[in-house]
Amino acid sequence: MIIVIDYDTGNTRNVKKALDFLGVENKLSADPQEITNADGVILPGVGAFKKAIDALNERQLIPVIQQVAKQGTPMLGICLGMQLLFDRSLEFGDTTGLSLIKGDVIPIPTNLGVKVPHMGWDLNQVAHSDPIADIFDQQFSYFVHSFYVKTSADKVLVTTDYGVQIPSIVRQNNVIGMQFHPEKSGQVGLNGLTKFKEMVENADYSRN
Amino acid sequence: MLAKRIIPCLDVDHGRVKKGVNFVNLQDVGDPTEIAAAYQKQGADELVFLDITATNEKRKAIVETIEQVASQVFMPLTVGGGIHDVSDMMNLLRAGADKTAVNSAAVRHPELITQGAEKFGSQCVVLAIDAKFNPQTQTYQVYVNGGRKATNLDAVQWAKEGVKRGAGELLVTSMDKDGTKSGYDIDLYRQLTKAVSVPVIASGGCGKLTDFSDVFRESDVDGALAASVFHFGELTISDVKQQLKTDGVIVR
Repeated sequence: MIIVIDYDTGNTRNVKKALDFLGVENKLSADPQEITNADGVILPGVGAFKKAIDALNERQLIPVIQQVAKQGTPMLGICLGMQLLFDRSLEFGDTTGLSLIKGDVIPIPTNLGVKVPHMGWDLNQVAHSDPIADIFDQQFSYFVHSFYVKTSADKVLVTTDYGVQIPSIVRQNNVIGMQFHPEKSGQVGLNGLTKFKEMVENADYSRN
Repeated sequence: MLAKRIIPCLDVDHGRVKKGVNFVNLQDVGDPTEIAAAYQKQGADELVFLDITATNEKRKAIVETIEQVASQVFMPLTVGGGIHDVSDMMNLLRAGADKTAVNSAAVRHPELITQGAEKFGSQCVVLAIDAKFNPQTQTYQVYVNGGRKATNLDAVQWAKEGVKRGAGELLVTSMDKDGTKSGYDIDLYRQLTKAVSVPVIASGGCGKLTDFSDVFRESDVDGALAASVFHFGELTISDVKQQLKTDGVIVR
């Protein structure tokens, strides 16, 4: 069972719709027990970083998500959900994130002649080959964001060039982030979600 | 580098896709989900649904339509027509829409743009503008109520104000070009894209493959919307994209 963490963010239902369409067993939940026992966890998210962290805090989910990541459960953060995986964001001040992967969330520069937000279909390039990354190589996926992640190169599987190199897929062991919206990226996006499902099915991790 | 977007527009009335000329002689052409899925297969980058249901009490039909489409079609969905307040936007976004387009209501109550942007983010609020060239003033004038009523707003100024108030995208229909199949109104889009920094979607006038290449090469628009050429099967989205690739325009 994949749990989609339900904390009242915009794309939660669309992520669920895509999983339902693919026939993937899933459930929206904010229940710590269900999240802890899940075979896989998806953290969706749109909007502002601080508001999302506050919403997770209200539901006392931050330690739960951190524990789930630590115990090796496959986890996928989508869009803002990916940014939340990192240490901190500079959006409206300085907000601490989930600190599952080292790095910061910073604004896309506006002085490079690109429009911000980065909104639309953009081309992905694989930086480090990985089963979940390779299907996106030279494929367009759908982005909507004004901030991006600054992290060490070894965490970045896929990038998209938007004046700066934007990490579009990151991974640290069982924790994966997608900056684009797989649930809005047509067939290639659905393929990415299917690949995550396979990862969940094949996960050989021991729960401590 | 972002791909230029090709966006079919579907007119929806009471849960069915209709087509006609200037909202008269409406004919039923099918189920929105089936048509949307067909466009997805052809390579559409986004879909715009225009709710043309006339009566207010039937408005929730569009919410059900979007709910169904969003469970089968996985690309950005924009919904416009008859959006009066933030709760209309909320209902559509919860149903699976990614963006809501406001037109007449935003002219009457510009604060609606700001309220929507503050609550859902600018990326969820599209300002739709119907513009017509006024030869006397040599400017583009904004019309409301489906193009039936002139306002004293200048389209470029209104676009700037809408963006200042929080609109994340502009969907601009040239009333002079709409239905003529003589190409997009490139002069209008040049003026608009110079005036604002948000994406601009061109609408109205396309009739042949090279109309798309022309608007993308000669102005800085991000997307081009079309209805009848796709509905009536005169052009397919894959043909359009092939032509754009040949002409050096980046598409998906």
